[in-house]
Amino acid sequence: MRKGNQADTEMLKGTLDMMVLRTLATGDAHGHTIAKVIERTSEDVLEVEQGSLYPALHRLEDRGWVSSYWGPSENNRKAKFYRLTTAGRKQLGRETTRWRQMARAIGLVMGENVQTDGRVE
Amino acid sequence: MNWLRIFRREQADLDVQQEIETFLAEETAENLARGMSPEESRRLARIKFGNPQQIRENLWRQNSLTALDSLWRDLRFAARTLRRTPGFALIAVLVMTFGIGASIAAFTIVRSVLLNPLPFPNPERLVRLYETNHTAETGGTFSEWRTQNQSFSDMGIGGSKSHSLSGSGNELPEDVVGGMFSRSVLHTLGVQPVLGRNFAEDEDRPSANPTVLLSWGLWQRRFGGSPSIVNQTIRLDAKLYTIVGVMPAWFAYPDSTVQLWTPIYYEVRPSVIRAIGNHQFWVIGRLKPGVAEAHAVAELTQISRRIYDQHRDIAFVANSASASPLLESIVGDVKTPLYILLGATACVLFIACLNVANLLVARSAARRKEHSIRMALGGGRLQLLRQHLMESFLLSSAGGGLGLVLANGAIEWVIRARQDMARVEAIRMDGYAAAAAVGLVALCALITGLVSSFNVRGVTLLATPQQSSRANSSGRASVRLRAGLLSLEVGLTMVLLIAAGLLLKSYSKLRSANIGCVTENVLQMVIRLPATRYPKGQVESFFETFLSRVRSLPGIHGAGFIKGGVPADGYGPDDGFVVMGQPELPPDQRLFAIHRWVDPGYFAAIGIPIQRGRTFDRNQQFGHATEVIISESFARRYLTGEDPLGKHLSIADDPPRQIVAVVGDTRFAPGESAKPVMYSQLLTDPAGEPHSATLVVRSDSDVTQFGIPIQRLLWQMDREVPASDILTLNQVVGRSILNVSFDAFLLAAFAGMSLLLAAVGLFGVLTYIAVQRTSEMGIRIALGAQKEHLLKLVLVDGLRPALIGLALGLAASAGLTQLIRSMLYQTEPLDPVVIVVVGSVLLLVAIAACLVPAWRASQLDPMRALRA
Repeated sequence: MRKGNQADTEMLKGTLDMMVLRTLATGDAHGHTIAKVIERTSEDVLEVEQGSLYPALHRLEDRGWVSSYWGPSENNRKAKFYRLTTAGRKQLGRETTRWRQMARAIGLVMGENVQTDGRVE
Repeated sequence: MNWLRIFRREQADLDVQQEIETFLAEETAENLARGMSPEESRRLARIKFGNPQQIRENLWRQNSLTALDSLWRDLRFAARTLRRTPGFALIAVLVMTFGIGASIAAFTIVRSVLLNPLPFPNPERLVRLYETNHTAETGGTFSEWRTQNQSFSDMGIGGSKSHSLSGSGNELPEDVVGGMFSRSVLHTLGVQPVLGRNFAEDEDRPSANPTVLLSWGLWQRRFGGSPSIVNQTIRLDAKLYTIVGVMPAWFAYPDSTVQLWTPIYYEVRPSVIRAIGNHQFWVIGRLKPGVAEAHAVAELTQISRRIYDQHRDIAFVANSASASPLLESIVGDVKTPLYILLGATACVLFIACLNVANLLVARSAARRKEHSIRMALGGGRLQLLRQHLMESFLLSSAGGGLGLVLANGAIEWVIRARQDMARVEAIRMDGYAAAAAVGLVALCALITGLVSSFNVRGVTLLATPQQSSRANSSGRASVRLRAGLLSLEVGLTMVLLIAAGLLLKSYSKLRSANIGCVTENVLQMVIRLPATRYPKGQVESFFETFLSRVRSLPGIHGAGFIKGGVPADGYGPDDGFVVMGQPELPPDQRLFAIHRWVDPGYFAAIGIPIQRGRTFDRNQQFGHATEVIISESFARRYLTGEDPLGKHLSIADDPPRQIVAVVGDTRFAPGESAKPVMYSQLLTDPAGEPHSATLVVRSDSDVTQFGIPIQRLLWQMDREVPASDILTLNQVVGRSILNVSFDAFLLAAFAGMSLLLAAVGLFGVLTYIAVQRTSEMGIRIALGAQKEHLLKLVLVDGLRPALIGLALGLAASAGLTQLIRSMLYQTEPLDPVVIVVVGSVLLLVAIAACLVPAWRASQLDPMRALRA
């Protein structure tokens, strides 16, 4: 989300947790990597605001969806790595499903050609 | 959501700081790799990251529970505030401790004794049954009731009988209080022995082998709780009894002094337990489910009426029945005193709350500036109120915690001091006491907090800083509030003081009430001879030899024996009698009088004056009795206008005996009116087994020093004969009015405490008011006011609420003291002496409390006062 773009900010609320979980599904990562991955994968459309990322990570950990451990970063710094837990994997599944339904619904309303699996073309 | 995270906030903050650093380092490294200068790399990394402080704050907030957090903050603030004024905090906590502790103790005792159901199954169906107009029942009527009724699932009869328990090996013999139970008593109560069994059918009859049930306490104390005790034997009055069972630890019936039980139909001769005119037992019954008490009583009344009609020739047959719940019959006597006690503690608690509230008001008024500044800075009123409540909550929780400790000690003390009280064994602190403590803490916090924050409402922005800097009488409303609280406090104190004064006066009247004999330097001692080893002739010679040896002790002025109890030691036995030569009375109007058995030297020994005639003829003392002695009121009541000497009495259908003397009246309890007494010669009592009697000795000086020598004399004669109840007559009197003295002194202690509290309250508030008016005083002095005038001004300020309280208390006492009318002896509920004394004490204390602040105010230096 671009700063100053209110609509993007609004939309991303609640989806950040989901995207973090999705990112961790491919492997353990620390905060910086997670932010980078989200930005790159979204082709730099989404810019992760650090002010939300870290509280989000702690929140996810508090709910038991991710666990954490300290390890060396790529540049050999002490970094806190996050790992998806089983509960987190289930949560990711739930949120993905919900997200697809939502995206399809919005797509329908906007008159786009929507395929049955919810993907927007 | 895991709310425990609130305690991990510090760690989470440290973690996130480390994460932020890592992020910046990674980003910087990437920027460097892109070929930027190190400085530029770091700068861009920081820009990209944004404000790290904000992240930390966000996370911190996320990890907090807002409500809990602000509560915690208030709590810490309150604790800090209290720490700043340790003196105030200490006083407030102590006051609360006393109030809450006393209340918890009183609540626990009232609950355990009066409200808790008896520990038997379905206790609401248990009733004590009475033959109307008698305090004890007969075995004859009982068996008719039991066999003919349809309303009760079972009934039991019991009585009391003390034994001398012989020691085995080196143990000393001891007197134990025993109970007699019919086999059906335990079944009626619904209790089983924990060890062994109840009496069998064939053990509850005259020809049975002696059997006994032990109390838990006796089993533990005397037999070390040995599990193989059942079927062993013990020696009671030198007879071998087989132990058939041990009762549960909680079991105490009729009261906790009873240590063993024997079968009643074995112990009591058939002619006594079958009689329908011999009232000396108690009867209990268990109502069948669904049967109303009134219905059951009506049925028993019918049975009694039938017996009465069939036996009009026998005296003392009741013609109807009555009943009361078993619990009521046990605790009925202590009900009023215990509720009074509870009321008194509630008063003290309320005074304690008011006092703390008063102190808080005084302090919060001193903090008005602080409050208005805080409100100007955006502090909500609710927040201020919350802080007030938090402070009083802290104070009362500390008081509640300490109060629990205090209550525990107080209850232990009461249990020790009042072993004679009904159900004293049932008193214990339990969950309810803890719940009561929590409730009281909340209540006190609310009362003190709300009362003291009334004047927070009045704070308006800016008005306060302006007002309190110049204007001198700060907040009329808060002054009035405090004066009102003070009046209430003084009023309650007045009520307590009057009640305590009445009880104390009544106690001193009882204590000095004439019981009809000498009480100074008289010692009594109960001696019991085992019946089996002392047949009739030997008892006589034993007592005679013993008496002559006691009399020969140097310093002893008189010694005598009495059976049935010395004056002030209770009503004891009574008997019906007929005056020979008087017209025959209808059976239901037969005469009866207290009956005692004494030796010829008794009257001289205890100082009962012989008004006419002479004492028993010594020569025929132990032979067949032909003489009887009566008391003055006996002569007045039953032989009006006749010469009693030479008349003959037939007591309990025995052969007539001649009246040889009239002696002075005695009272069976202090404060009782003189009841007719007749005296027979010692050891003519046909029911006198085992042969026990009370030795009475008198000397000129400290009589207690003879206790040991007399016991040694007894020991020389027979090592197995125990002496018990070794008491001076003054102690006997004290024992019989123990409940009165206990109630009086307890209430006096509470009243004294509340007087102190009220004085502290007066002093504190007046000091505060005086300080508030410092600049006003300064102006007055500067304008020429005299010191005496100022003194009077402040005094009146403090005495007005005290006087109003005095009047309030007096008015309330007029109604409330009626409640303790039944506890008073020769004292009217509105005794003028008590009221005047109490009123002046209270007034003097009030003046003393006001004098210091008033004097201080009058000594003000006007210059300093005005600058203050």
